[in-house]
Amino acid sequence: MIKFKQIYKIYPPDCRALEDINLIISEQEFICVAGRSGAGKSTLIRLLIREEAPSQGQILWHNHDIFQIRNRDLPFWRRQIGMIFQDFRLLPEKTAYENIAFAMEVGGRNNQEIKRDVSQLLKLVNLVERADHFPSQLSGGEKQRVAIARALAHRPKLLIADEPTGNLDGLHTWDIIRLLIKINELGTTVVLATHDREIINGLEKRVVILEKGRIIRDEQGGRYIL
Amino acid sequence: MFTSLIRVIKAGWLGFWRNRWLSATAIGMISLAILGIISLLLMNVLIGSLITNLEDKIDVSVYFKLDTSEKDILETRKELVKLNEVRSVEYVSRQEALNRFKEKHQDNQVLIQSLRELESNPLKASLNIKAQMASQYENVVGFLNQSKYQEIIDKINYLENKAVIARLSSITTTIRQGGLLVLIILAFLAALVSYNTIRLTIYSSQKEIKVMKLVGASNWFVRGPFIIEGAIYGIIAAVIALLVLHPLLWYLAPKITAYLPGTDLYYFFQVNFVALFFLQLAIGITLGTVSSWIAIRRYLDI
Repeated sequence: MIKFKQIYKIYPPDCRALEDINLIISEQEFICVAGRSGAGKSTLIRLLIREEAPSQGQILWHNHDIFQIRNRDLPFWRRQIGMIFQDFRLLPEKTAYENIAFAMEVGGRNNQEIKRDVSQLLKLVNLVERADHFPSQLSGGEKQRVAIARALAHRPKLLIADEPTGNLDGLHTWDIIRLLIKINELGTTVVLATHDREIINGLEKRVVILEKGRIIRDEQGGRYIL
Repeated sequence: MFTSLIRVIKAGWLGFWRNRWLSATAIGMISLAILGIISLLLMNVLIGSLITNLEDKIDVSVYFKLDTSEKDILETRKELVKLNEVRSVEYVSRQEALNRFKEKHQDNQVLIQSLRELESNPLKASLNIKAQMASQYENVVGFLNQSKYQEIIDKINYLENKAVIARLSSITTTIRQGGLLVLIILAFLAALVSYNTIRLTIYSSQKEIKVMKLVGASNWFVRGPFIIEGAIYGIIAAVIALLVLHPLLWYLAPKITAYLPGTDLYYFFQVNFVALFFLQLAIGITLGTVSSWIAIRRYLDI
């Protein structure tokens, strides 16, 4: 589904963020990208969602180079990808329900579809009774669950989670991880970037470890050892 | 498509309402810009009518020798009227000149008395020439200085008026050019200030724009609400400018008329009301939407 081919990212003058990255992500895979901060995880993700262009190399999405996508087609391509972040990035003036509905409005879906799908999504993330609460009235874990529901609003093929549990305590962390596993089991590819050793060791999924911009290990059922 | 349009308009209205205070600032700035541009326009109208008034007052009189026949004078008049520079030529015969003199000095018994004692009419026939513009009298006088007119023309009062005419013509040109320059500079400044205020409102929504891009909004869906917001600013600002302008002119116009007879701005305002309002709307909406358009550009490439 996704193929990184000899990706280099060099920030001028000579900060080598990524070097010689070759990576294949298959459909319905659950893959952890691990590494210390500064190892290149975030750069890798920024390239994957086309926020930045690599200095060299290609990223193929179903055999099409994503850096060939025209700017006006970019939003439509991005709707195939859901994203969640450490800082949630919810709209503070909208309720949980409205935050999810907003993503669908943006995609031009009609009102009945939105009503139906948002209720389903709220059920999936187990937040039905919190639908009318604003982000400031929700706990960190709940906020992240709203963010996940929003990310799923376009029924993406790929869900990218960039340190999704960085701001959460242990209990909520596993809530989120279990939710990600469930989403993966429903057929969505998940890329999880984290530096949390416990999560990686507990998950027993494919682990890609980055260090100083290079992939130093790529194993099924891997553990986070440095 | 239609649902999207409605959503964009709704979002624009919501953004406008949510940032009430910033919106009020932007509207205020655009109102000022419109008022500035319109009052400069009115000033131009005022100056224009003032200049026309003044130019109407100056003329050049050509006096003919006493023994010149009326036929020769009318012949000269015909020639003059053919000139492009000449707006009008009035013939004042000797008798006419006498009548006017008597009328003007009817209270002055001494003058009337002495006139009566003269046996013949001492006044000369003349042509009063008005040119299209003050700067053109030079040419007209040049035309009359041809040798064939030398024997019948007694004198041309241009030389006496020359300094005044020259000064007036240079002043009117300066006022016109200066007015235009000030208009352009002020309009530019007003546009710049409105643009920056709108940029501020967009800056405050930066986070929201980022989230919109994140959830896959197309550039139009992000840009649309801000452009609608800009248009709302423009429309409200135009109405406010009108509400300020109307009583202001109603109050000021009579005072201006007292100073400069022949110009009534309030009348001008009433006659051109619809055109002025549409002009204000056009200025406001253009300023609002174009500013939004430019200001949001840098937040769109994510």
